[in-house]
Amino acid sequence: MSDTRTPTGGTLLTPFNIVAGLILLIGAVITVLRFTGGLAAVSNLSDYNPWGLWIGFDLLVGVALAAGGFVTSAACYIFGLKRYHSAVRPAILTAFLGYALVVFALHYDVGRPWRLPYPFIVQPGTTSLLFEVGACVALYLTVLFIEYTPAALEWLGLKRARSIVVKLTLLLTIFGVVLSTLHQSSLGALFLIAPSKLHPLWYSAYLPVYFFISAIIAGLSMVIFESSMAHKYFHDKMDDTHLAEADGVALGFGKAASFVLFGYFIIKVVGLAVDNNWHYLVSGWGAWYLVEIIGFVLLPCYLYAVGARDKNVKLIRRTSGLAVLGIVLNRFNISLIAFNYHLPSSERYFPHWMEIGISVFVVTVGVLVYRFIVTHMPILYEHPDYKEEH
Amino acid sequence: MAITRRKFLSWMGAAGVGVTVGKSAQAASNKHFTGYPDGMGVLHDIARCVGCRSCEAACNTVNQLPPPETSFKDLAVLDRKRRTTPAEYTVVNRFDAAGEGSKPIYSKNQCNHCLEPACASACFVKAFSKSEEGAVVYDASVCVGCRYCMIACPFEIPTYEYDKALTPRVMKCTLCHPRVQEGKLPGCVESCPTEALTFGKREDLLKIARERIRRNPDLYIDHIYGEHEMGGTSWLYISNVPFRDIGMREDLGVTPAPALTSGALGSVPIVVGLWPVLLTGIYAISQRKDKVAEEEQALAVEAARTATQDEAAAELKKTLEMKEKEKETAVNMAVKKALEEAAKAQEEAAQAREEAAPEAAPEVQDDKDAKQTEEDS
Amino acid sequence: MEGQIFTLQDFMYSTKSITYLVIVAALILFPIFWRFLTSRDE
Ligand code: SF4
Ligand code: SF4
Ligand code: SF4
Repeated sequence: MSDTRTPTGGTLLTPFNIVAGLILLIGAVITVLRFTGGLAAVSNLSDYNPWGLWIGFDLLVGVALAAGGFVTSAACYIFGLKRYHSAVRPAILTAFLGYALVVFALHYDVGRPWRLPYPFIVQPGTTSLLFEVGACVALYLTVLFIEYTPAALEWLGLKRARSIVVKLTLLLTIFGVVLSTLHQSSLGALFLIAPSKLHPLWYSAYLPVYFFISAIIAGLSMVIFESSMAHKYFHDKMDDTHLAEADGVALGFGKAASFVLFGYFIIKVVGLAVDNNWHYLVSGWGAWYLVEIIGFVLLPCYLYAVGARDKNVKLIRRTSGLAVLGIVLNRFNISLIAFNYHLPSSERYFPHWMEIGISVFVVTVGVLVYRFIVTHMPILYEHPDYKEEH
Repeated sequence: MAITRRKFLSWMGAAGVGVTVGKSAQAASNKHFTGYPDGMGVLHDIARCVGCRSCEAACNTVNQLPPPETSFKDLAVLDRKRRTTPAEYTVVNRFDAAGEGSKPIYSKNQCNHCLEPACASACFVKAFSKSEEGAVVYDASVCVGCRYCMIACPFEIPTYEYDKALTPRVMKCTLCHPRVQEGKLPGCVESCPTEALTFGKREDLLKIARERIRRNPDLYIDHIYGEHEMGGTSWLYISNVPFRDIGMREDLGVTPAPALTSGALGSVPIVVGLWPVLLTGIYAISQRKDKVAEEEQALAVEAARTATQDEAAAELKKTLEMKEKEKETAVNMAVKKALEEAAKAQEEAAQAREEAAPEAAPEVQDDKDAKQTEEDS
Repeated sequence: MEGQIFTLQDFMYSTKSITYLVIVAALILFPIFWRFLTSRDE
């Protein structure tokens, strides 16, 4: 509770704040348009393209990039890699914010957002993969919230409540991994029902596995990426443990990501072989597919490996950006680009600028909340009262 | 918005149905489902369709859809390919598939009322259900508007009221379910002037379709579209041109939609069942490793401590032994000395006896002395 | 028609509904059983 200043100092009129303020303003205007004029007023969604950027980016990418929470907490608490302890809190925080924003963004996309609890309290559609996703996301958001509370409780000085939550750590972590496995993979499984609409190079019975494994890659890469961002902007908020462990986290996670990427590449090739899709590789779609596989799977895999071998933290940090982009590209390919590949270009979807506006707005809200929390609560450092505990 | 008791209890209901049905599902344990035996459908004979749009007009009337932009008599709309919209549950399209100069082909398009509807499988509030009568009906009172049904439908049929801010619905053909329940014909079927549409039991329609193909093998393509596509549909088509030439996909396969997701859905409970075991196991192993490491450390410390102790003990023992030895030597020496002295004394005594017999008394005395020395040491 | 299932969709609906109830039960039972299993350790 000691430091309440913003990292940029006293004045509120920094360039960052001005831009953020403008985005929030535009977001507010679009929000009003969305809830008065309907989806048609702000989006290019159509009967052929019922899902657009808000599903492709806000939901699919958002959930994948928030996987850092379960990956890091599993590494630390389940696999016993205590040296990553200082990475857990920031990862949990990002995951919590990520999921919260996913749910927030969904309120724009679905037609009647106040009915979002209906599948659970009115009439469950248990045959739907979306039901599974919804249930897991709702539960996991709760789990993440509880996992995050110790930081807030320390900030508020509520020791008793905090110690209860800390005792639940292992249970919550296991819960988190189970739920993450389920919904990360189910997001891929959403597309299993549309084999006639998704290009065969991307459609596969392994979609759920692909989504789960690539979510691990996304989680590992996001932890590295986010920590390099945090180093840039919140360096003064970090304690010695965090600073000392940060390079180790980057090296360890980079090495892990490299190996997981390698496995991911293998199962992608297995997918080609199982469905006998080789001949598609020589088409235009094939070229695009190879861009994804070579440029955004193999390349980061190799760069991570070099970084891990040479103990080159800088290279690993840069590669994490590439790997994150690769995940974004993959989710876009499956939900937008290679989806409806059979339709003539006049029927294809391209996001309306207001759709992009809402996505930017949502991300901005996330960054602002993140900034508030790390400047106020013990995320990047340990609260002095609880230092002795591990 | 009203939540009925029936809906609220649907969790229990869903489970309950399963339990009561356990037997019959088991009886059919090969798990092959053939759909409702008396389900109705419509046979669309594309060879007979003249593209008059009467069905569109009738559909608009019976479903009280908003009035069209241009009259249904206006055939100019056929110049471009249309799809279903929230205001048009059905559309007729014209194709020049039969080749130059020959008559154009017209085909009517609407929800096919699949036997295993992808839309129903996909909906996470179960807003769609396949009715006994054959229609796939939609319940707007629970629809959240996620539009996953539209992603799922392989025929790209459901449409959405994107322009409604607060009450958007999914819109699609109802197979005139309310009218059918009243015993009436679907609006479009009733209005068709050329009998290109026939309403009836799906089984009967299949027979009729086969019969028509058999009688006119030169006219019809030998395929009933909808008999097997995506597990079969209630709406069936026969045509005089290949279906792919009139915008109907022939690459959909015969797998019913629910079968596409059953594998993924089936692995959910397995993950829930095994992941906690696996993860707790890994946790226990890593804990154990930590513990073993800790114990080993403790042991090492202990060993170091006992080692010093041992050393001290050994020292002590050594000293003790040494002392003992010293003592022994001392004793031995004393004994030796005493013996020597005794021997000497005896010699002296013998000498003295030899010298004088009356000096016997000191001999005894000497003996006593020797004994004493022995005892002393 | 009561009590008989005619479509794969309905079959999956009823079996998956039960499965979800089993899942909920499993998630509750796991920690309880783990406690039972380990409560006498140390
Ligand atoms: S055609 Fe589409 S909307 Fe109609 S029942 Fe089949 S899946 Fe559902
Ligand atoms: S849009 Fe409505 S009917 Fe379609 S899947 Fe979503 S909730 Fe179900
Ligand atoms: S069956 Fe009814 S709702 Fe469907 S197209 Fe015909 S008239 Fe329209």
